[in-house]
Amino acid sequence: MKPSAFDYIAASTASDAIDVLSGSTDAQLIAGGQSLVPLMNLRLARPMVLVDINRVGELGRIDVGDAAIRVGALSRHSEVQASQSVRDHAPLIAEAASLIGHVAIRNRGTFGGSVAHADPAAELPAALVALNAQILVLGTTGERTVPATEFFTGHFSTALRSAEMVVGVEVPRRTGSVGSAFEEFTPRTGDFAIVGVAATVELSDDGSCSNVRVVACGVDDRPVDLTDGCQTLIGERTIEGALARDLGAQVARLVTPPTDIRATSQDRLELIQLVTIEALRRAITRAGGAENEEVDR
Amino acid sequence: MSTQSVQVIVNGRHRSVDVEPRTLLSDALREELGLLGLHSACEQGVCGSCTVLIDGRSVRSCLTFAVQVADAEVVTIEGVGSADVLHHVQDALSRHHGLQCGYCTPGVVLSAIELLDTLSEPTRNDVEEWMSGNLCRCTGYSGIINAICDVAQSRSEVAQGDQS
Repeated sequence: MKPSAFDYIAASTASDAIDVLSGSTDAQLIAGGQSLVPLMNLRLARPMVLVDINRVGELGRIDVGDAAIRVGALSRHSEVQASQSVRDHAPLIAEAASLIGHVAIRNRGTFGGSVAHADPAAELPAALVALNAQILVLGTTGERTVPATEFFTGHFSTALRSAEMVVGVEVPRRTGSVGSAFEEFTPRTGDFAIVGVAATVELSDDGSCSNVRVVACGVDDRPVDLTDGCQTLIGERTIEGALARDLGAQVARLVTPPTDIRATSQDRLELIQLVTIEALRRAITRAGGAENEEVDR
Repeated sequence: MSTQSVQVIVNGRHRSVDVEPRTLLSDALREELGLLGLHSACEQGVCGSCTVLIDGRSVRSCLTFAVQVADAEVVTIEGVGSADVLHHVQDALSRHHGLQCGYCTPGVVLSAIELLDTLSEPTRNDVEEWMSGNLCRCTGYSGIINAICDVAQSRSEVAQGDQS
């Protein structure tokens, strides 16, 4: 349960880190290390060089722009969860961050780390896809932007090329009467979600749903867009009876969840219906005027 | 493999340790500085036994390399209370049977101290959720939760007494 030997380099800027990554075939970035170090302790990962970006202060900022809020890759989950800017302009992100692991994990784990790690059960990727966020990527030839909808490509796989790193994420600011909610099922607090759902709902002037977006985690090898299965909600104000059953059935048709040691495919198929409906109900309530309540559950 | 010298403040004292990059903070504190109150168990970030405070925030010392804490302030259980005068969290755990074998207790105490520093009036639900990262196989958790709620309650009563 001890890592194998490696060379340690503390980068002082993001471009320093890219230089090291591009000059070595077996260098790995470390930020919070909350996923990487367990893998190293178990010797499932054995990088020859570890490039530490914890001292790159420029990556830890949260800035509010005109149209989007920019969350730096090194922002800790506990900072994102508590940030008033994030709560005001992207409350779904604050709620998703609050559901990651335990306090000590959130104190150390980073926003960019969770995005780059791309665990299929992770909350942030699903929330970022739901909000049409942009992933900011730095490489040897400069910065490029990848839509979250195209960034996650499979189990622990992303659109990152070699010697590239995530430096931040731009999340469009919440507008008008939009409510959001992240709902998940876990057997115990702090566990990975068996299934989770990020939902946003926009209400028209008469209080009925005019726009819905739903993205799930834990049901495939990457975030899955379930929006097409939720269109019956348009024009409705509540999810009851036949509408709930119909919505559940439509969502179930869109996924073929995996069976693993924690849950069967059938379990996930039933859970995703319940969790989707619960997420949408809470998003509707918040869109109606209680947006920021309960964000920090 | 070559070692690096790391300067760090541990329990208020400036210390220097020579470690390989791969040395976990938990091992550096136990093996190099002799702080055996820090308990390692799962070494994969699951159990919370090895919790320490780094700059006031709880961290899994088994998921941190010692070279990463240069110039930081680390607090281990040795920096909390003394054998003669227990910290009020330790005292409450003792009164509420919040420990039996004691293996998880150092991590429990440090997580509880961070909780009480962060939340001014935690609810029982806040305490249960906050402490969910510290596994205990003896107590069934009730004693631990009761102890922390007791400390929070007493503190709140003292604060109200000061105001009146």
